[in-house]
Amino acid sequence: MDFRVLLASLIDGLMLGFVYGLAAMGLTLIWGVMRVINLAHGPIIALGMFGVYLLFIHGGVNPYLGLLIVAFLGLLFGILIYALAVHRVLTAPHLSTLLATFSVNMMIIGVGTALFTTTPRNIDISLGRLVFGPVVLLGTRLVAVLAAVFITAALYLFLYRTTLGKMVRAVASNRAAAELMGIPSSRVLALSFGLGTMLAAAAGGLIATFFPFTILSGGTYELKSFVICVLGGLGNPTGALVGGLILGALEGLIPTFMPVSYVPVIEFLLFVLLLLLRPQGLFGER
Amino acid sequence: MWRSGSWWLTLALLLGAGLSPVITGSATLREDMFLILMLITLASSLNILLGYTGYVNFGHIVFFGLGGYIGFYLMHRHGWSLWPATVAAGLATAALAFALGMIILRLRGAYFALATIGINEAVRAFVANFEPFGGATGMSLNFAVYQAYGGAARALWLAYGALLALALITVGISFAVKHSKFGLGLMAIREDEDAALVLGVRGPQVKTLAYALSALFPGMVGVLFFFKNGNIEPGDAFRLHLSIETLVMVMLGGQGTVWGPILGAALYERLRGYLLTSPLFKNLHLAFAGALLLMIILFVPAGFIGWLRARFPVVRRVVV
Repeated sequence: MDFRVLLASLIDGLMLGFVYGLAAMGLTLIWGVMRVINLAHGPIIALGMFGVYLLFIHGGVNPYLGLLIVAFLGLLFGILIYALAVHRVLTAPHLSTLLATFSVNMMIIGVGTALFTTTPRNIDISLGRLVFGPVVLLGTRLVAVLAAVFITAALYLFLYRTTLGKMVRAVASNRAAAELMGIPSSRVLALSFGLGTMLAAAAGGLIATFFPFTILSGGTYELKSFVICVLGGLGNPTGALVGGLILGALEGLIPTFMPVSYVPVIEFLLFVLLLLLRPQGLFGER
Repeated sequence: MWRSGSWWLTLALLLGAGLSPVITGSATLREDMFLILMLITLASSLNILLGYTGYVNFGHIVFFGLGGYIGFYLMHRHGWSLWPATVAAGLATAALAFALGMIILRLRGAYFALATIGINEAVRAFVANFEPFGGATGMSLNFAVYQAYGGAARALWLAYGALLALALITVGISFAVKHSKFGLGLMAIREDEDAALVLGVRGPQVKTLAYALSALFPGMVGVLFFFKNGNIEPGDAFRLHLSIETLVMVMLGGQGTVWGPILGAALYERLRGYLLTSPLFKNLHLAFAGALLLMIILFVPAGFIGWLRARFPVVRRVVV
């Protein structure tokens, strides 16, 4: 095995891993705060892709500026989803929240397919490339990595340094006690759900700058997010980023050893095994 | 069970509806009923795990697809007849579920639900790479195969008859489970698993048995469906969406009841057929189904039958 090829694939995979991790962070945040698995995660990623795309094509907005707008819209959309579909069933059995978020998934996919069809789209931008020997770093991916790191840092600061972030963590650890301390838990939950969808939409926007996509593309990233969340520990945002890197590295390296179609087989076997052997994730729950 | 009027009523209704294409000899009616009976079988078998035991299974369709593949493989590569292939595929999926269940049923709640999604995807990706099953392109039956059953037209009627019998058996098992000690154990687990364990329900064994039972029927239905279809490929066989549509059917009719999945499957199929053909909703049928699902979950979580039973206590003796 040529070491140079291996290194190039590894770095390529790791760079994708940052974005995967960002998407998974949205899922894991929602789980961590309210024990809801957001099955509308994939379509929201796809909406993020389309948001950046439409702003770019029709409004001429730079994709990275568009990303900010899309992230904000993602926050509002998440709050709306929470209010309409999640709030009422939060205390019901798991089946209800799973199906409620899945119904949102169906609605987005249904309307999205009718509006955008399933023709692949892509955002045609290039930010040049950096070449270090065998390793080629595409500009768009480098920016995506920086954006992912920046958003993660911002989320961390928000959760640990601001009052609102502390409220989110208080509600996550004990909703009843938080309510007794005067925290408006319903509003905090709505905000947390919005933050989760915001991360998903932002990740989608970043992915759109380097891969072609359709309204159905989110499904793949949703499944990847599940794997990553379990790798990093459900409910642990920093774990999600590390999990994303592990998954990205696997995706980079596996194709150098066996046919690329085996990647999902290995990913999902790993996923089921992890659920069984270490359901708290590699780094535990936080 | 044999002395229960409710069971005879269920049987008579299902048999009447199922025999209507045979009596009229209409092929279009048969195709409609084939789909409905298939969905009834899938929904009723899912209900054993979802409704009675309270475990959310997103991977129910794995057994449908895998059963279809095993049966298809036996017919296609080894020249088996449809009947032994169907039984063998059903037993194989049940055995697989039994083995799998011993492992993954240790997980509870959302973790179990996630694991079932993972299994669905892993199996689909594996089958797409598995050469004996034709890899990503799948397998196709030679048209001459149908000669053994007296021509293609007759083979379709035979497959329909087999499906009708299978649907009746599934509903019968569903009824029997609900009214047995085994079913009571499952429902105790649904209400409070720890309490059930303390009271002497043999949790792991009972759950695993329920999982295997719920996997037996989709495996057999898969063979009949793909035999009728003539070809099988990974995308068709393991559609995560069909899994979830089956969940919607169970929810729509009423989880944990015998009639719920039957009614839910028939209603959902009719509704989807209507939406797909109406010019207004044609492109939006998925969105519409999603909105319907949300309404059910938010406002009628017990489903139609559950609501009926709660609202009119009189019907409880008939509607189970």
